[in-house]
Amino acid sequence: MKNYLFELKEGLAISFRAIRTNKVRAILTTLGIVIGVTSVVLMSTAIKGIDNAFQTGVAGFGSENLYIDKWEWFSNNIPFWEMRNRRNLDMDDFKKFKETAKLPVAIAPTVWSSQTIKYKEKNVPLLLVQGTDNEYIRTTSLTFREGRFFNEFESSGGREVVVLGSEIANSLFPRGSAIDEIVKIKGHNFKVVGVLDKQGSWIMGNFNPDNQAFIPIQNVFKYFQAQSFRSITIIARAQNKNMVDATKEEAISIMRRDRGLKYNQENDFSINQQETLLKQIDTVVGVIQIAGLFITGLSLFVGAIGIMNIMFVSVKERTKEIGIRKAIGAKRRTILTQFISEAAIICLIGGMIGLILAVILSKIVDQFLPTSVQVDTIILAIAISIITGVISGFAPAYSAAKLDPVEALRYE
Amino acid sequence: MNIINIEHIAKIYQVGSEEVHALADVSLRIDKNEYVAIMGPSGSGKSTLMNILGCLDTPSKGLYDFKGTNVSQMNDNELAKIRNREIGFVFQTFNLLARSDALHNVELPLIYAGVSSSERKERARIALNHVGLSDRIHHKPNELSGGQRQRVAIARALVTEPAIILADEPTGNLDTKTGEDIMALFNDIYELGNTIILVTHEEYIAEHAARIIRLRDGFIEKDEPVSKRYVPKKNGASKL
Repeated sequence: MKNYLFELKEGLAISFRAIRTNKVRAILTTLGIVIGVTSVVLMSTAIKGIDNAFQTGVAGFGSENLYIDKWEWFSNNIPFWEMRNRRNLDMDDFKKFKETAKLPVAIAPTVWSSQTIKYKEKNVPLLLVQGTDNEYIRTTSLTFREGRFFNEFESSGGREVVVLGSEIANSLFPRGSAIDEIVKIKGHNFKVVGVLDKQGSWIMGNFNPDNQAFIPIQNVFKYFQAQSFRSITIIARAQNKNMVDATKEEAISIMRRDRGLKYNQENDFSINQQETLLKQIDTVVGVIQIAGLFITGLSLFVGAIGIMNIMFVSVKERTKEIGIRKAIGAKRRTILTQFISEAAIICLIGGMIGLILAVILSKIVDQFLPTSVQVDTIILAIAISIITGVISGFAPAYSAAKLDPVEALRYE
Repeated sequence: MNIINIEHIAKIYQVGSEEVHALADVSLRIDKNEYVAIMGPSGSGKSTLMNILGCLDTPSKGLYDFKGTNVSQMNDNELAKIRNREIGFVFQTFNLLARSDALHNVELPLIYAGVSSSERKERARIALNHVGLSDRIHHKPNELSGGQRQRVAIARALVTEPAIILADEPTGNLDTKTGEDIMALFNDIYELGNTIILVTHEEYIAEHAARIIRLRDGFIEKDEPVSKRYVPKKNGASKL
């Protein structure tokens, strides 16, 4: 063991000397690994960014929430036409559900409408206007930059009040408060009662509360669209995570009774959960991850071939040296260690440079996709570069190790 | 005491469909503190014999007993260990590592022997001092003359205190004067009680040894002591 440490140390020293001697060659060879590691790190950082964006976006839905809907959100089993032919959910369904359901701690109807919102000469086109009631806020973890959500009185009275997402407030009221200002939605006046804090990530698009406005649900039906135009979604919040399943069971039975389904009929509604969304996102991100890492892995592979190639050249050039070392007592493993460590060092240097490049480049990625190079990615990159070196160095090192000393000494 | 005992060894190479007997049948013994020259024209098998004696190669047939152990059946790593501990090589072309200084070249066998860094440096300095190069320890081979390079090689051969020193045409790349200095150094080493095997094709170099083994066509033609051994003046440790 002690011997081996000396040999390893000697191997490393030789490697550094060899790399210094062939600087240009080492730099060119390293470039392949630099590019490989940079792309692997950048890709995994970007993927992490995508994942984070999804996760924070989805977190807004709340894991205790059940979304009773005409549509199954991410369905692979129920055919589209079957869902399309389902009866819409309307306010009567909501009222019956609210009267009957015992387990949920908050129940709110929602319906959306795509509208343009105006304030003086400014406008935000085609945003998602959510119609709901005052209990909606209790199904979310939304917080307010200023003002409040509309109250029960405003909600049941169908008052023309609106709560704005942060992005919309920023666009319409770049400076100053939005509270008590009057905005126009489809020509109707609404008074701003609250502005939300910045919530989600852009990846959720219009589903990000930052890009939404909330008004009492009656106003949607009164001003924008008939109740029959679009099915509503009933949000039911379970008391806690453990109660989600029971709450779901209760919801199913109430809805079946409400819709007058016979025992042999399928549910003509769906109960959606954040969990299904998360699963779907995990699948999507997983596919991106595999595809992305495979593609970037290819560039690393090309780099590894470059290392292997140059190591074969190096072994050929130093045949005589290998012969001398063997003659004075270097064992096979000594030579093997020497050349593998040389390849590993080249790769490690490349990996370090690649990592630095990736960190710099990730600052650019960060502009579009909030992310940063994580410690585990750094460790991964270093490990990958060393492993690449060891793997690509092995074949040349092995060919060096098994050289016949007599032949090697004769080599000029 | 017997260091080397070879009995009926042969080395057969397969060249195409033909068998070439580089060594046909060789038996010899070398004792401790002998100074032996191996001579022969090219093709006589002396390189093959040297490779086998130096444990760089193994015989196809026969027994090679080195200090009581049978090395003819050893594997690569065991042979490497014997070469490292028991054999000091001196080559015609010096075979130093070009990128390492004299000290590191001499240290190298001790690295493979697992000697600690401080002891290695100490022993390498002593060996270099012994060959008269104490003021050249940080010179690289290309900063040294041919004679000085060969002295570094000799220091490297001595540093592990091996059982035999195996010198293959050690003066072949040197002018006559420098060659004579190197032979004087070998004589000093011999007189200190070391065992030296010298491979050469020059009669006057061989006459520095106490015994000459002549090879021809893979057989020992003659094995006899040198009647009038040439003993050079003691100047081994002098500057070249």
